[in-house]
Amino acid sequence: MSTENGLSKRFEITGGDFGKAGEVSTKIKEILQEIGIDSTIIRRTAIATYEAEMNVVMYAKKAELTLHLTPTKISIRVYDEGPGIENIEVAMQEGFSTATDEMREMGFGAGLGLPNIKKNADRFKISSTPGKGTALDITIYLNQAGKK
Amino acid sequence: MNQYFHSIRIDPEKCDGRMRCMRVCPTQAIRIRNGKAVIIEEKCIDCGECITACPNGAIIPLTDPFGELTKFRHTVAIPSPALYAQFGREILPDKILAGLKKLGFDDAFDLAFTCGEVSFAIQEYLREHKGPKPLISNACPTVVRLIQVKYPDLIDQIIPINTPREIASRDIKKKKSKQYGLKEKEIGAFYLTPCPVKMISIKQPAEKGKSHLDGAISISDIYGPLLSAMESVEKASYKKALESICILGIGWAMVGGICRTLRLKNSLAVSGLNEIIKVFDDIERGKLRNIDFIEAYSCPQGCVGGSLTVENLYISYNKILKLIETLEYEKIKACPDIREVRKLYKQKYFFLEGKLEPRPIKPLDEDLGKAIKKRKEKEEIYETLPKIDCGACGSPTCLTFAEDVVKGKSELTDCIFELPQRFKELSQELCELLNKTAPLNPTKSELKKRKK
Repeated sequence: MSTENGLSKRFEITGGDFGKAGEVSTKIKEILQEIGIDSTIIRRTAIATYEAEMNVVMYAKKAELTLHLTPTKISIRVYDEGPGIENIEVAMQEGFSTATDEMREMGFGAGLGLPNIKKNADRFKISSTPGKGTALDITIYLNQAGKK
Repeated sequence: MNQYFHSIRIDPEKCDGRMRCMRVCPTQAIRIRNGKAVIIEEKCIDCGECITACPNGAIIPLTDPFGELTKFRHTVAIPSPALYAQFGREILPDKILAGLKKLGFDDAFDLAFTCGEVSFAIQEYLREHKGPKPLISNACPTVVRLIQVKYPDLIDQIIPINTPREIASRDIKKKKSKQYGLKEKEIGAFYLTPCPVKMISIKQPAEKGKSHLDGAISISDIYGPLLSAMESVEKASYKKALESICILGIGWAMVGGICRTLRLKNSLAVSGLNEIIKVFDDIERGKLRNIDFIEAYSCPQGCVGGSLTVENLYISYNKILKLIETLEYEKIKACPDIREVRKLYKQKYFFLEGKLEPRPIKPLDEDLGKAIKKRKEKEEIYETLPKIDCGACGSPTCLTFAEDVVKGKSELTDCIFELPQRFKELSQELCELLNKTAPLNPTKSELKKRKK
């Protein structure tokens, strides 16, 4: 990956670590604020990142989240090691969730995670190998023209 | 002139650079330069944490001296309800207000009643609101500034209802000028404040516009004189004094007061900046959409915990709480008339006069490409630092130090961990210089060079 005219930063997310959940999205938000990115774009990025982060915390073993930022776009890739998703089409539907009762008790698992990422991203790719893991590819454009 | 007015000043004579303020500052707005603390204006949100932390009293809140009163022909004291919490249980608002008049104010106004009106107005606004939730109270100016600086995207969730102190002051001036045939500017309205941030909200409101107040006097400055002045106030009957207290408004002195008295179901009451930051982070992540209203105060336990108060904050919190409980028990409801409030609400009487705009911190560079490059440099510098946040460089953390270096405000050599490395390099250079003529014992670096 070329980082010539961009900033790349890698974060690790540990599955099941609810105490730290949300820290990565906060760190990314702070980086974007320092650079002076528009606040609406920051919020969209923060929501998408947070949902992705929560998916890892709730379902996967661990994941690597990479932020790559250039003057034109924000890319966020999340590769997790976990159970993967059997049927992506179904998982993308609002309201679909495999969350346990405990997770729902905590206010998660409303089945809005993946659809919410898609809603906040300009481009969103997801691929998964059941039993191995899931890969998310989120892009948000910085210039108005690229915006949805 | 500075772009932002702040309510705190550092006395360089008293400051001995002990860094306590730098460490507690929640927005990393303090640096130590040449052994003295300095404030980075654009980052300061006037929370006053540094005032409490300084062991030398070198950080001075800028409130008005008592003498300011003589500038006006008629003066009115408007105490924050937090003042009512500063004295023993038997001293009720009526006595405190009478004491203030003995001190030299021409009048003293009970703000709790206006607070009650504003509580109703908030209720109206909550009912009408259709936009994103939760809505956030603007009672604490530090919280408003925190949102302007760090959470600009939440700015539309701040309730645009004016604060009771501003509404009261506007009203008082209008009425008094008619009553006494004075010009409005001849009437001085002074807020008795539990914290320094109210001072700036007067000198430089967060929204666009001008304050109706003329100054703020610190509760801690007025406490002593007021205590003696109250000695000569005649004792009224306790029951009668209770009956004059607005149960809706008195709660404004403490965190949770608004939620409790309005009996709001889906509301949160938060105090302390670090806690507020956690809650605001959650709002930004979209986690608290089912909450209607958030009451947030930067001081612990709300205004009773302000840095310019005198009484222990838990005791004063308890006094207000017990007062509310007593009023509830006695079924005393000296409240504003809700129909009257609704009428005024429709006339836009309660709304903020100016618009609130975000105040984001200046980015690393105006040019996006350059800003990204500088952020990358910051990361690279940070990686070389010891990451123990010792503060000896004058920046609160290694990360802020890396930023200061990128911004050109600090030198890498300001880090004491860089010094041994620098010495090593210098001594090596010196050795190399000495060995150039007679290389008796080649140094390691020389051997390396030879291999190349």
